[in-house]
Amino acid sequence: MPDLKRSVLDAFARRHRFHALEALPWAAAIAAYFIFPDYLALGAQILAIIVFALSLDLVLGYAGIVTLGHAAFFGTGAYTAGILAANGWGEPLTGLLAAAAAAGAVGLLSGAVILRTTGLTLLMQTLVVAAMLYEAANKAGKITGGADGLQGMEVWPILGRFRFDMFGHTAYIYCFIVLAISWFVVRALVHSSFGRSLTGIRENVVRMHAIGSPVFRRKLVVYTFSAALAGLSGALIAQTTQFVGLGVLSLERSGTVLIMLIIGGIGQLYGAFIGVPLYMIAQDRFATIDPVYWYFWIGLFMVLMVVFAPGGVLGVCGRWRSRQDSP
Amino acid sequence: MADIVSAAISIAFHGVALAMVLYLISVGLSVTMGLMGFVNLAHGAFAMAGGYAMTSLMNRAGVSFPLALAAAVAVVTLASFLIERLLYRRFYGGAELDQVLLTMGLIFMSVGAATYFWGPVSQPMQPPPALSGQIDLGLRSFPTYRTFLILCGALVVTALWLALERTRFGVRVRAAVDNLAMAQTLGVNTSRLFALAFALGSGLAALGGGLGAELLAIGPAYALDNLVYFLIVVAVGGLGSIRGPFVAALLVGLADTAFKYFAPELGAFFIYALTMAILLWRPRGIFGQA
Repeated sequence: MPDLKRSVLDAFARRHRFHALEALPWAAAIAAYFIFPDYLALGAQILAIIVFALSLDLVLGYAGIVTLGHAAFFGTGAYTAGILAANGWGEPLTGLLAAAAAAGAVGLLSGAVILRTTGLTLLMQTLVVAAMLYEAANKAGKITGGADGLQGMEVWPILGRFRFDMFGHTAYIYCFIVLAISWFVVRALVHSSFGRSLTGIRENVVRMHAIGSPVFRRKLVVYTFSAALAGLSGALIAQTTQFVGLGVLSLERSGTVLIMLIIGGIGQLYGAFIGVPLYMIAQDRFATIDPVYWYFWIGLFMVLMVVFAPGGVLGVCGRWRSRQDSP
Repeated sequence: MADIVSAAISIAFHGVALAMVLYLISVGLSVTMGLMGFVNLAHGAFAMAGGYAMTSLMNRAGVSFPLALAAAVAVVTLASFLIERLLYRRFYGGAELDQVLLTMGLIFMSVGAATYFWGPVSQPMQPPPALSGQIDLGLRSFPTYRTFLILCGALVVTALWLALERTRFGVRVRAAVDNLAMAQTLGVNTSRLFALAFALGSGLAALGGGLGAELLAIGPAYALDNLVYFLIVVAVGGLGSIRGPFVAALLVGLADTAFKYFAPELGAFFIYALTMAILLWRPRGIFGQA
């Protein structure tokens, strides 16, 4: 028996240890900075949206909470940072923290109400929460700018030194650092005992209740944390583009981040790093080649993905590897 | 006092008209979700296709209204049958998220295709002369087309309920919704049943899209813009139910019309709050089975 215990512990330890492949996305992000200096603005957006997809992966991939309303938190963060910067407080780092706090508060409040439901009902509740915020932002035109978007944001230099430039150098590095910190925290979280219990809730919620795990509280904690992270992502987009429109709270925003994550692969921490660049670069290319009908091509891309690569890119990799392992 | 009564009548009338359109479109979605457990987010695209087919036949080819509507329903029913056999069928019982990706992809394709063929502006819908103007119904006069819409909706709803209660096809559908494995064991060809139910649901959506073109404007983003409303009707009504969505559609239609009448500033906000409250009270919808 001690041998078994040791081997189980070893297996867990191996999962925590950093794998060489985990350096790949970071190497790619650094390389992209030097190879594509003309595309840094798009690159910064991709890095910021990866934070958003990562936050979604935490609730969807780990805790199994299917949501079509994650834009509620993204948008709350974006508007918080935006409204601060438009009203005389353009300090970016405190703006980020305020955005995360506001989005986390929305997550905590809405989660306390809606996380008691499951399945389609929960999906509808998440969707409705986001829709309510969208309507509220639309009507509160004096504060949010309504349908015209928030005008007149002034973001100060980071730490008083690094000014946001028009080529996106500062934005790219700023988003890169925030993403790296977020990723490190999320990685530690999913490999902790808390993260394990989330997987347990996803796989068999009845059994988790039976062993006395506080299921609702766990879900609420991860939902709040994920909301704060999504708010952080929204604030990054607001600060780097210096504009916030109603789209940050829209169903389309919630839907596309879900799509990006599915394309990459859910519940594996790296789906966000694959799906977001793939989707956003494809969208950028289609929109350049065919600015009017690009919706059709991105839709076709999604349908082909799901027909030929179900489970996303990581799903395909996983199947390919297990075929290699068992000839 | 007279003002309030007049407003209430007006709200009831327009609310019921909207409810008919919402019901016709959403009932198919409720059945596919209840029957196959399939989350068809692209259901609204079939309603949009019906609307586009009808308005183009009328505006461009000069076909008469009833003929254009019938042709639109027929085309969409047939097309949805093919799409179900080619695409949807592969994903029954599969991962929910793959279904989301597939149907969101189809929505995006429908947006792009509609923009390509009809441009970004919404299609005008001119009711035929016999159905335009006002009609005096004793109490007061109402728009003729909406009166026709309500009558049509009521007729189709009655026919649909009779079909599901009285025909063999209806028995099979209800059996499969209640217990799929048992229905299969008893020899129901569920694969064919799915295809027929799917085509029927899409045909009804096309009918709703065509009839309701004046209420829910036919534009490229139709499937995305109205998705929340269709989903609310299904979730509030209860999955797989035929009557639930009708009650939910009435609720949504009346509440939406009333809220927009009394508090236009807050727009759709209240309808979302109402949905949230109902789903907290009855998580499986008003008519959902535990």
